[in-house]
Amino acid sequence: MDLVCPAGSLPALKIAIDNGADCVYIGFRDDTNARNFAGLNFDPASAREGVRYAHARKRQVFLALNTFPQLAGWERARRAVDRAAELEVDAVIIADAGLMQYAATTYPHLRLHLSVQGSATNYEAINFYHRRFRIKRAVLPRVLSLAQVRQVIAGTPAEIEVFGFGSLCVLVEGRCALSSYATGESPNTVGACSPAKAVRWQQTPAGLETRLNGILINRYAAGENAAYPTLCKGRFAVDGETYYAIEEPASLNTLELIPELVAAGVAAVKIEGRQRSPAYVAQVTRTWREAIDACQTNPARFAVRPAWNDALRKMSEGQQQTLGAYHRPWK
Amino acid sequence: MKLPPLPDPVRRLLSRLPQYPASAVFAAALTLQVGETLGAVAHPEFAGKLIRLHVSDAGVTLTLRVTARGFAPSGAANPDLTLTATAQDFLALALRREDPDTLFFSRRLVMEGDTELGLLVKNTLDALEFKPSLPTPRDVLRLLRSRLP
Repeated sequence: MDLVCPAGSLPALKIAIDNGADCVYIGFRDDTNARNFAGLNFDPASAREGVRYAHARKRQVFLALNTFPQLAGWERARRAVDRAAELEVDAVIIADAGLMQYAATTYPHLRLHLSVQGSATNYEAINFYHRRFRIKRAVLPRVLSLAQVRQVIAGTPAEIEVFGFGSLCVLVEGRCALSSYATGESPNTVGACSPAKAVRWQQTPAGLETRLNGILINRYAAGENAAYPTLCKGRFAVDGETYYAIEEPASLNTLELIPELVAAGVAAVKIEGRQRSPAYVAQVTRTWREAIDACQTNPARFAVRPAWNDALRKMSEGQQQTLGAYHRPWK
Repeated sequence: MKLPPLPDPVRRLLSRLPQYPASAVFAAALTLQVGETLGAVAHPEFAGKLIRLHVSDAGVTLTLRVTARGFAPSGAANPDLTLTATAQDFLALALRREDPDTLFFSRRLVMEGDTELGLLVKNTLDALEFKPSLPTPRDVLRLLRSRLP
């Protein structure tokens, strides 16, 4: 089972590889990827150097083209596929069927992965992309139980990649309109959820306030953990009570499921967080590498070491970690 | 490795010192490290922006103006961006031992004002390929001397 790690910069890519990532996923510096943040991502020179660094060490680089190009951005999206092919990245992660068609017909040898933003949660959907565009892998949305993941794997020839660690959102991946509702911009359209220009934090006597496009979405009391400034992680007044009406901020951590994911035939496990700094990438990659290696050495005796969970908990968003949808004992 | 917090006597001393010279020293140190990459020549959208670092435990406030090739101290009142953390956490960030989002989640780093400017600064610093280290006092003094009229 491959370990797929995030990189928002060249130092992050190198540190991921140095700490044991099998594959690193990156994005270009524009709206062709869903972490289109100021100063983040790869220009042509750093992308070339990143691919060279990875390939020299027999590791892989995937390029995320995981937004849905709008009319004005279509040429940019096509050029991004062209640049990916020139760079000889090992796969492109695509969400939009139109862009996938362009990639499949123009570059038949370019390996295609269906992005989580494609929102394919069953094997019929994945098989459609496999038949039409010859995708080699699909990244599953974080809404399936482990039993459902097994079912998907049994029903498709495509490899399956799942999320293993990172911030969770409202989990209607590829279909969420909350950021658009508040700011007019979303991951699908401009590549950013809650774009920074719409975000303001302010320390007030009542606490740390978060505003999104002027709308107060959260107020943290002293000492309360903060979360990313997204609507889904806001607190709202509902029926006279102010609380996390959509979801409480939490992070996915599936270390304990590694043996089951391996046994289920999961091809790769993905770490969230291209927006994070090299320090995060190093610590998460190192922890997951150790854990996967420990499982491969002796799956029967695999146990999560407290030091692994301590390292991951420290970097997590929200007050808690969760197994998310994987853990549904009633299913 | 965990960095030590500021000892109490140092903290008391720092909070009583005038802030402008401290800003000048810090601006010089930062210019030496990242002046070329973060200055307004590389990022015209930064030009003239005021960034304030509030070192909460030391009671020190450093205000920097983004200039063409780096940073200059400023006595101006209304910063575009204010970052608040302890001396220990600022140092950990500078040495790439902590991730800013991690510190933000646990409320150890507070960013007020222009969030996009903050993100641009953070991401630009992250993308630099340098060995995390601090400039020597000798280098900082040399730059300060060169700025004297």
